[in-house]
Amino acid sequence: MSRASASIKAYDKLFQAAGWFTTMVGLFVLLVLFIDIFMDGYKRLSLDFLTSYPSRKPEQAGIFSAWVGTVWIMITTAMIAIPLGICSGIHLEEYARKNKLTDFIEINIANLAGVPSVIYGILGLGLFVRFMDLKRSVLAGALTLTLLILPVIIITTREALKAVPFSIREAAYALGATRWQTVRFQVLPAALGNIMTGIILALSRAIGETAPLITLGALTYIPFLPKNPISVSDQAPYVHVSAQGFLDPFTVLPIQIFNWVSRPQKGFLIDAAAGIMVLLLITLCMNGIAIYLRHKFQRRW
Amino acid sequence: MFCSLLSVFTTLAIIIILLSESWGFFQKVSLWEFLTDTQWTPLFTNKHFGILPLLCGTLLTTFIAISVAVPCGLISAIFLSEYASQRLRNVVKPILEILAAVPTVVYGYFALLFVTPLLKQMIPSISGFNALSAGFVMGIMIIPLVSSLSEDAMHAVPHGLREGGYALGAEKIQVALRIVFPAALSGIIASIILAFSRAIGETMIVAIAAGQQPRLTLNPLVPVETITAYIVQVSLGDTPHGTIEYKTIFACGTALFFMTFLLNMVSFKLKKRFQEVYI
Amino acid sequence: MENLMEHEIQEKEQIRPGNPIAEAIRESVFSLQNLSSYYGTKKVLNEINLDIYGHSVTSLMGPSGCGKSTLIRCLNRMNDLIPSFSAQGKIIFKNTDIYSPNVDVTELRREVGMVFQKPNPFPKSIFENIAYGLKIKGISDRRLLEEAVEDSLKRSFLWEEVKDRLNDSAYSLSGGQQQRLCIARALAVKPEVILFDEPCSALDPISTAKIEELMFKLKEKYTLIIVTHNMQQAARISDTTAFLMMGELIEFGITKDIFTHPKHKTTEEYITGRFG
Repeated sequence: MSRASASIKAYDKLFQAAGWFTTMVGLFVLLVLFIDIFMDGYKRLSLDFLTSYPSRKPEQAGIFSAWVGTVWIMITTAMIAIPLGICSGIHLEEYARKNKLTDFIEINIANLAGVPSVIYGILGLGLFVRFMDLKRSVLAGALTLTLLILPVIIITTREALKAVPFSIREAAYALGATRWQTVRFQVLPAALGNIMTGIILALSRAIGETAPLITLGALTYIPFLPKNPISVSDQAPYVHVSAQGFLDPFTVLPIQIFNWVSRPQKGFLIDAAAGIMVLLLITLCMNGIAIYLRHKFQRRW
Repeated sequence: MFCSLLSVFTTLAIIIILLSESWGFFQKVSLWEFLTDTQWTPLFTNKHFGILPLLCGTLLTTFIAISVAVPCGLISAIFLSEYASQRLRNVVKPILEILAAVPTVVYGYFALLFVTPLLKQMIPSISGFNALSAGFVMGIMIIPLVSSLSEDAMHAVPHGLREGGYALGAEKIQVALRIVFPAALSGIIASIILAFSRAIGETMIVAIAAGQQPRLTLNPLVPVETITAYIVQVSLGDTPHGTIEYKTIFACGTALFFMTFLLNMVSFKLKKRFQEVYI
Repeated sequence: MENLMEHEIQEKEQIRPGNPIAEAIRESVFSLQNLSSYYGTKKVLNEINLDIYGHSVTSLMGPSGCGKSTLIRCLNRMNDLIPSFSAQGKIIFKNTDIYSPNVDVTELRREVGMVFQKPNPFPKSIFENIAYGLKIKGISDRRLLEEAVEDSLKRSFLWEEVKDRLNDSAYSLSGGQQQRLCIARALAVKPEVILFDEPCSALDPISTAKIEELMFKLKEKYTLIIVTHNMQQAARISDTTAFLMMGELIEFGITKDIFTHPKHKTTEEYITGRFG
């Protein structure tokens, strides 16, 4: 073996070591982050913490209105964003002809996916809070987050549909299926696993979003919950349905956490860490489900 | 069709709202002053509206983040694409994705309450709020973006090219750096540009850990304020609708939007190009 | 090899298209009149005139890129899925030109089924694969569907192999079984014609033999048209053969005649392996 090739072999080993190292750096930081937050926050985590409203005293403060707000926002966002995103993805991938307009739409969607989230906050402030006069409501927040995650859902839907081989479509057409019958009964079910994965990841991103909702002006001190859509009373008609909750002001977990982080008292920092544990648990669970779904639906065509 | 056009409406709405509100701002403050004044003090009595300090803070944190994310991201992309076994990839990639899925407010907490105290032990003069720790944590957050997009680009390089290299007796590192890396270059550059755009637009980490003092400095150890952090700062206060202070966030938003828009466009075009070459 | 081919051809009972008695029994199912087709501006088929008879197997043969796949895909208008495709001339099927504007393409495809080069079952259960064609016709009665599935699987000689696992994924079948499933799926919609686009090119010899045997039985009830670039296969299974080259129909006639006394020099050269 010549000396030159020996030194290249040495470089090769060195590079491989560097590769291991840098890949592990990320994982190491993640581990440190989890441990740090756990050490800071675990003392504060209790049932009380989950069922108390925010308070001026750190020991009494809780995340009740925050996590309920997060659930409200997420469900509302999902109800608007999922149908819009899937419809749009199907239209672009299966129906739209390739022309200047669809090219433009495609570039536009890719661009929107990269617009900083705080810009969506400004958009929501101008469009939903002011122009449509929704105030700082659950609906305004959900619409803002919908616009934020819509590009991601459209892109993943399209990729998932694209991954369904052409032979499946051919087979359906050859049996005399119309385009809609082909998409609805063959292509969409085959792509559904990947679409669901993308949607869950997008929603998990939306749960962690703070900046757009702050910009919207989501209040940070909310000692009440949005009105329940369905309530029961002892007077006729006993069951009341109300959309008032969508128009009530709200707070969400990340905003509550941010609010506590920016306070000087040590006690609030502990509250923040405990809140982060809850938030992380939610995001990690959603990511876990997404990874599991992707694994389950992985297909060899 | 309506659904697809919704994205176009969104972009239009963003542009219209940004421009119409900043139009009011530029009625009172000249564009020249906005771009050249070296002070940003809209919330004080002695008002100055120069975006340079905010821009400086933004670029400072961005460069710190990029100098962490790009080397780490690229090396681990090459490692995962060329060296790692399928099994290792299957374990590492989902974990890296979790790194990207952690909410940014959590990273902000981590930067302020873990990284900064750690840095203080090494550099005693560092402030409680500083660009260094915010930038560093932001860099960590962006690693998965760089590594997964670059890995995709390298993955798309046809296997035949690699075999060509190996058949000539090249080592892995030579194949990786001399053949695969250049072949995937446009995709890799696209991922780096996207990382820039992400770092510029990142909000919560810098709002929490970098401070809220706009200043024209390249010193990473003192508090700075980024464009995004300023938007958050104004939104938190109860700034009345229609005042000049309220309009500043639209002017700042416009600047931010066009910077990231430009970077995203370039990245998209580059990505399209590499897709066309190999697919 | 030559002897074997000779032997198999002689076993079949052949009826010449030119024979007046045959003409009386058999009407042409498809009649292609001056059919030309294009991808963009590139001409891939040039003025094809061809009559395909019922209850027989017609094979389309020729070297790669001769237009045989394009031709067979004209017959159920599958080429419509390719945006740049266009066709001129007429294809008469049941007294109508299938390229005339008022033809319902989905209706046509139900009457003219197709089996593809690679088995392409849907990623669903065996049962669902076959039931799909009926469901899109609006049949949802469970009992009718079950009967149809059983009937189709029996016709494609797959029933015995899968009857106990109808709810298993179609992907759990072997390649040859998958292809027979695709044939069963096509049979379920009760077509008159079935098109086969190189149905055996992705299969091993044993599976190929099974499919060929199946086709031989199917022609009692259906009209089969098969694209193949395997000459032995064409000789083994088909009654009539069309030989295409560079988008032109070079020769069409009884399979035996084509293989033993080709009229054209090009055909002879192709058959004797001089090119292709």
